[in-house]
Amino acid sequence: MTGFRLQQAALAVDGRPILHDLDLTIRPGERVALLGESGAGKTTLLRALRDQHPDRVAWCPQQPGLVPVLSVFHNLYMGRLDRYATAYNLLNLIRPTAARRHDLAKLADRLGLGERLWTPVERLSGGQQSRVNLGRALYQERPVFIGDEPVSSVDERQGADLLGLVCEQHETVVLALHNVDQALTHCNRIIGLRDGRVAFDRPADQLTPAEIKPLYPADAS
Amino acid sequence: MTARALPRDTGALRRTTGLFIVLALLCLPWADIAVHTLAPGRELGRLAQGLLWPQWPTVRTLGEAIASTLAFAFQGVALGAAAGFGLALLYRLRAVRWFAASLRAVHELFWALLFIQLFGLSALAGVLAIAVPYAGIFAKVYGELFEETDPAPRRALPTQTSRLSSLVFTTLPQAWPHMAAYTRYRLECGIRSSAVLGFIGLPTLGYHLESLLRQGFYAEAAPFFYALLLLIATQHRWCRGWLIPALLLAAVWWLPPVAPVNGTLIWQFLTHDIVPAPLRSGTDALPWLMDLWHGQLWPGLINTLVLAMLSLVVMGLLGVILFPAVSKLFGNRWTRGAGHGVLVVLRSLPEYLLAFIALILLGPSMLPAIIALGLHNGAIIGHLIGQYSNTLILREDAARGMNRYFFEVLPRQFRLFLAFSLYRFETVIRETAILGMLGIPTIGFFIDSAFAEFRFDRAVLLLAASAVLNIGVDALARHTRRRLYLRRTVQVC
Repeated sequence: MTGFRLQQAALAVDGRPILHDLDLTIRPGERVALLGESGAGKTTLLRALRDQHPDRVAWCPQQPGLVPVLSVFHNLYMGRLDRYATAYNLLNLIRPTAARRHDLAKLADRLGLGERLWTPVERLSGGQQSRVNLGRALYQERPVFIGDEPVSSVDERQGADLLGLVCEQHETVVLALHNVDQALTHCNRIIGLRDGRVAFDRPADQLTPAEIKPLYPADAS
Repeated sequence: MTARALPRDTGALRRTTGLFIVLALLCLPWADIAVHTLAPGRELGRLAQGLLWPQWPTVRTLGEAIASTLAFAFQGVALGAAAGFGLALLYRLRAVRWFAASLRAVHELFWALLFIQLFGLSALAGVLAIAVPYAGIFAKVYGELFEETDPAPRRALPTQTSRLSSLVFTTLPQAWPHMAAYTRYRLECGIRSSAVLGFIGLPTLGYHLESLLRQGFYAEAAPFFYALLLLIATQHRWCRGWLIPALLLAAVWWLPPVAPVNGTLIWQFLTHDIVPAPLRSGTDALPWLMDLWHGQLWPGLINTLVLAMLSLVVMGLLGVILFPAVSKLFGNRWTRGAGHGVLVVLRSLPEYLLAFIALILLGPSMLPAIIALGLHNGAIIGHLIGQYSNTLILREDAARGMNRYFFEVLPRQFRLFLAFSLYRFETVIRETAILGMLGIPTIGFFIDSAFAEFRFDRAVLLLAASAVLNIGVDALARHTRRRLYLRRTVQVC
């Protein structure tokens, strides 16, 4: 069982303080959404959480970091590089094995990339690339999923489907989202970040629009 | 990283790589890669012993060799840069581009053989041997730099502005930093070339290296070896600012580029000696030509190509294996330090010297040449890829070790690797030809023999053939780069 805990934590990036006075416990089984303006510190917080259990976290960063010349298959496969022997990885790099082809064809279908399994990711659109990124995290099959805007460039219906898949496959889920509706639909706990602090931390079903609105002062006008 | 780049065919990259490897494998049966010495290990041991316990020559001998090496390099590069600049101004003209291409298609050692016929073993011959091919290279690089400058400032000038004013006020200031950087870099190549000229008798470091190594006096050769290594490896540190013009003046003072010019002799060389024998005597030229073709041209060209293909693949393999040694994505500070050390040594030493040493150890076959070309050029490729790999930003959960190398780094660097390798192709072919002078039967072997036998008509024809081969390979490499969208320009000698 993997939980996360931050006590009186202050998080900084390159010496620049981002978040203060963090007191946070995430228990196994929770589905947490982080809300807040860009620059509020969502990414920094996600990184700090991941660093607590790097080997148990399926990591889905906002910058996908895919390898452009490799195919969708290989970029998905890379999610499991640490699980298999290096020789087996090399074999799959040169000539994918039947077992992995079977796994990943199924996953690619689910991601809506069934037709593009052997296409180099540099030829995919931005939305397709972010689905590969999400797929790589799913393929890791780890208990915790931490994703930074995992479906931001995917259309809404597919985004909902994929978030459903993420929640179904992982015991614990922590997501940074900018779509409030998605957060309320898929998560049971919402944490709002503002001015480098936690503005609220409530169960999703107790949250009112009035509490969410101040997180986004830029939209007020 | 390049997610928004044009859609490109990655299959073509793989096919091209495969083609080169298959071609190299097809070359193998024609390549003589046997070891002909009885105890290469023991000879290597003696060499290592000599390097560890050097015997120092007099300060004067070593000092004079260093001074002459630098003098040839500085004068040759300066003259080449000046001439190249002049040619670059006219680089739009097709005739000038062809002229420059033919100048640089002939290696400086071959130019030296020619100029020695005209001016004897003199300072002038050495300076010209470097200056002429370098002028061709400078013309191309400067010309391309001029073309790459922003045309907007030029267009904004008043219409009556003279060409010279336009050049001085708009084109030159834009291109200057790149020109200066490249010229300084070229000085490093010049020192290498100058050292190699010693192998055919000019009084540089190579002269001592050749005579001492050939006799097996490794301990006595070691100081010259270290001097050359130090000179080249540290060149970018000391060769800067006001020291460059000062050293150039000193070079002219130390080694005035003069020669006893004998007009009659030169005239005879140009109008009689290099004219094909049958034309001189008025007999049928065809048998002479066929004889030359079967006996020298064809085997020379084939051997040059076979050796170059094999060296190219060995170079590529070594480059790919060596680059992690200097990349921040792998290893630690200590392994990278060691990696840099090895690569600097291999990069600094001229292929010709490496081949000469390998030849002493392994005996006359293609093997020493392949080792020398592979090591030197592989180290350059490894260094470049390693530097570029430092700009990659991997994600936090990126794999480590072999997985990182094969999945994250090598695929990302492969296009760059191929671009650099194709750039090296022309250099490898040029050097392959020249290694013939060490006894490996490439075209250079026949050129060298023709000069030794005073058959200058044959020598010049063979030289022209090797130039055509270089130009052809260069065109092929450029075509392949364009087809694969490898646009990155790098200039390395």
